[in-house]
Amino acid sequence: MNYVFHFDFIWQSRDELLRGALLTLQLSAETMLFGLLLGILGAWAKTSRHKAMRGIVQVYIEAIRNTPFLVQLFLIYLGLPRLGLRFTPDSAALLAMVVNLGAYATEIVRAGIEAVPRGQIEAGRALGLRPWPIFRCIIIVPALQTVFPALASQFILVVLGSSVISTISAEELTAVANNLQSQSFRPFEIYFVVGGIYLAMSLGFQAIFAGIQRVALPSAPAPEDTPI
Amino acid sequence: MRHFSIDEAWLLIFATRWTGLLTLTAFVGGGIGGAIVAVARVSPLRFVRLIAASYIRVLQGIPLLILLFLVFFGANILGLRIDPWTAAAVGYGLYGSAFLGEIWRGCLQAVPRGQRDAAVALALSFPQRLCLVVAPQAARIAVPPSVGFMVQLLKSTSLASVIGFTELTWTGQMINNVTFQPLIVFGMVAGIYFALCWPLSLLSIRLEQRLLRP
Repeated sequence: MNYVFHFDFIWQSRDELLRGALLTLQLSAETMLFGLLLGILGAWAKTSRHKAMRGIVQVYIEAIRNTPFLVQLFLIYLGLPRLGLRFTPDSAALLAMVVNLGAYATEIVRAGIEAVPRGQIEAGRALGLRPWPIFRCIIIVPALQTVFPALASQFILVVLGSSVISTISAEELTAVANNLQSQSFRPFEIYFVVGGIYLAMSLGFQAIFAGIQRVALPSAPAPEDTPI
Repeated sequence: MRHFSIDEAWLLIFATRWTGLLTLTAFVGGGIGGAIVAVARVSPLRFVRLIAASYIRVLQGIPLLILLFLVFFGANILGLRIDPWTAAAVGYGLYGSAFLGEIWRGCLQAVPRGQRDAAVALALSFPQRLCLVVAPQAARIAVPPSVGFMVQLLKSTSLASVIGFTELTWTGQMINNVTFQPLIVFGMVAGIYFALCWPLSLLSIRLEQRLLRP
């Protein structure tokens, strides 16, 4: 192997990489926020008494969870304009990511809602609380606390999954890497550095979520490092 | 300009075998690697556990797309002429080994601790404890999440289209380029993925429920 690694031009393109990383972070954060809201809405509908509503949510969940994100992205970005709905690459990307995360978040939040003891809800009713305060204070907050670890790992997958956006947009981190490699013909160095940036971002998010877990939800996570 | 006809539909259906083949290759390769990673993760030696944990952490911390690029271009640097098929098989094998390793680690540790303690009391060595006591019991728990991961793997093979592997999504893109019928083409592509993934998802849930039954 007589390949000489060159990293100097990556340092020269640091501004572009930084902009790409920031857009990835922004897109991921927006997706987490809206995706969680969609998930709460979906979980509320899925645990409601209306059969039709439960059915619609079920179809949404199964359709999203059993097809690849890339194909969903193409359907939204390339397919929907045929129906008169036109998006910029960035908004198509955000929409696809939110719709995708919404399905997974619905299932996670629903599991949390179902773990809330029935007695709590009945006690709320007995105290004369209206359905909305019951949902807000008795159901959703404890439910989110229960499923926080599962949500957190789903959120990490959002950050990593956002690299798929590079197939339609030219702005986020992976797309920046693709541009740089076609200018410099140094693909390995670029993807190596960009892989490191993604790793740092996902470890950073993991640390933030672990911090929230420690501060807000004082329940010890299962020990992972035990030999058998 | 061509129209989307039965010929194009057949092209998509034929391309599906490459998706299936890549999924199976990745699952077998990832399974072998994953078994090693899972065992290393519960090894009595601390530094072996640490290496396996770092391996999982790195591979689960970078996007699959970047991993595929690294394998594809990294092999070129090593002087290996690599075709998209080999690159995809290696990339997905690595990806699968990290995820299956983590899933199976959880299954090995889910076996009641008393089983392991009893095996230690009987002076069984680590390989004996693993093969005779813990792994057979863990295997039962491991089936549903492994089937679930297969769904994830199958969906993720769509990313191989980006490095030029001619599977279902790649074929869909090519057909869309000549027919300009994205709704029909990608609708059908999505339908094929759904037809493959949904039964597997249902199977995984069914197996899990059977496991929970006393």
